[in-house]
Amino acid sequence: MGQTIIEKILSSHSGQTARAGDIVVAEVDLVMGQDGTSPLAIRAFNDMGGERVFNPEKVAMVIDHSAPSPNEGVSALHKLMREFAWEKNIKLYDIGEGVCHQLMPESGKVGPGKLVVGADSHTCTYGALNAFSTGVGSTDLAGAMISGKMWFKVPETIKFVCHGELPYRVYAKDLILYLIGNVTADGATYKAAEYTGEAVKALSVEGRMTMANMAIEMGAKAGLMEADEKTLQWLANFTNEKFTPVAPDSDAVYADIKEYDVSNLEPQVAMPHRVDNVTSVGSVAGTPIQQAVIGTCTNGRLEDLKIAASILKGKKINPKVRLIVAPASKRIYIEAMNQGIIQTLVESGAAVVTPGCGPCVGTHNGIPSDGENVISTANRNFKGRMGNSSAQIYLASPATVAASALAGEIADPREV
Amino acid sequence: MMNLSGKAHKFTQDDINTDYIISGKYKFKTLDMKELAKHVMEDLDPDFYSKITSGDFIVAGRNFGCGSSREQAPLAIKNAGISAVLAKSFARIFYRNAINTGLPVVECDTDQINPGDRLEIDLRAGIVKNITRGIEIKAKPLPPVMIKILNDGGLAAHFRKYGDFNIG
Repeated sequence: MGQTIIEKILSSHSGQTARAGDIVVAEVDLVMGQDGTSPLAIRAFNDMGGERVFNPEKVAMVIDHSAPSPNEGVSALHKLMREFAWEKNIKLYDIGEGVCHQLMPESGKVGPGKLVVGADSHTCTYGALNAFSTGVGSTDLAGAMISGKMWFKVPETIKFVCHGELPYRVYAKDLILYLIGNVTADGATYKAAEYTGEAVKALSVEGRMTMANMAIEMGAKAGLMEADEKTLQWLANFTNEKFTPVAPDSDAVYADIKEYDVSNLEPQVAMPHRVDNVTSVGSVAGTPIQQAVIGTCTNGRLEDLKIAASILKGKKINPKVRLIVAPASKRIYIEAMNQGIIQTLVESGAAVVTPGCGPCVGTHNGIPSDGENVISTANRNFKGRMGNSSAQIYLASPATVAASALAGEIADPREV
Repeated sequence: MMNLSGKAHKFTQDDINTDYIISGKYKFKTLDMKELAKHVMEDLDPDFYSKITSGDFIVAGRNFGCGSSREQAPLAIKNAGISAVLAKSFARIFYRNAINTGLPVVECDTDQINPGDRLEIDLRAGIVKNITRGIEIKAKPLPPVMIKILNDGGLAAHFRKYGDFNIG
């Protein structure tokens, strides 16, 4: 009986043949925490009697969720992280470096066959690079920092086969929103998602990260893809390590195989206050918006900024809209500056904020007012997510967000 | 483990996410869980904290605790005086975090519990007694590895005891 991608990666890291349903203790290749979760992890580390981390090269902390600090409470927690990182000699990515889920892939330490745990639910992003990566809590993170290990229940896998070619101005974001709407917020709970088919293979690595990133929004433990030439070329920008791609066996056993034809997919929008409350852009077009956000670990990459700039070039956003742009990393920010993308965005009326999570999680950088509508490229639209429970959040692709910023209302990017 | 007794606070909707349990606008500011506890479930019920008597239960539908990995969610619930969460199913990160931090989570048919019902829970036997309605509800047993961690008092206590994973 063959194995899925995740069964193979958990086998190679646990020294046993891992099958869905087994409990394994696996060695981890990289352990990551961010500023919302690391402070509690540090507390748990000390509570566990931790003295040193298992391997300083394999532990990283990122200050991205509230960076720079908006208040003294956050400042104290950032200070705690910095002092811990310096003392334990681990890599600390401080303010302005970017979002953890862009920085870990850019570090070159994540690639095919690797096993990564991060104290952030969107750690599943690196499945796009053929790694098994998953989100954990702070205490699990502390255990991994000390031992270099984690226990897992080997999940079953649901295979999503996406046939066809995505139409004009329909992107990875639209596809993953559509899949989440189809299977719902707990459609893959306790399971891994494996995305495949021509439409997935045709995506850039950036687009694949967008899809893997949102696996958690259907409850999945991981959102995995096979590695191909594009994956290996992307990784070669950041590391000399030669990775061995992990492909599923032809007789691997899946919990379910779902097939989709994406050839007629329209731009998708997740409506308040659920990520699986998904519709085609046409049914919400005309909804007034007061704020538009382009960035986050879902859609803050160069390709995303480029798509937005192509729609905004030479135009001004609606005067009643604030457009906030947060590049996913310093590297992307610099590249976008070199390519004139940042200039285009700023000239159109965008406010560019520090590379990081931007306003996604409601701590800073653009908290909406009561009754306002926000359209964002982020991954969550829960009530209160952006810091005000009286605001409504719509999720869409960078193209749809840019088109909406111009119109002052939700707009179809194919009509700009 | 032990027997628990208290009143049910029922949230009827499915997919209660960790942003609803404790909002990001609070959790980034402090490690004081008693302070965070005052804001527990605030976006769903602004007065929820004041309604809790120590030992009470949160009762919910499917996929409780979905979304963010924030461990502040089970910690805020625990520090608000809630002794266990009962739901039809749990999101996986929340489920792990709850066990790791010593908050019992009980997977059972919560349709058989009304708001305000008095409940008694025998965690070891996996039985929820609805005293108000005079019925017993069978809970799904925890995986053995989680019983081991919960018995040790959470993962931190497990590590203090063994210095590593000892779940064989």
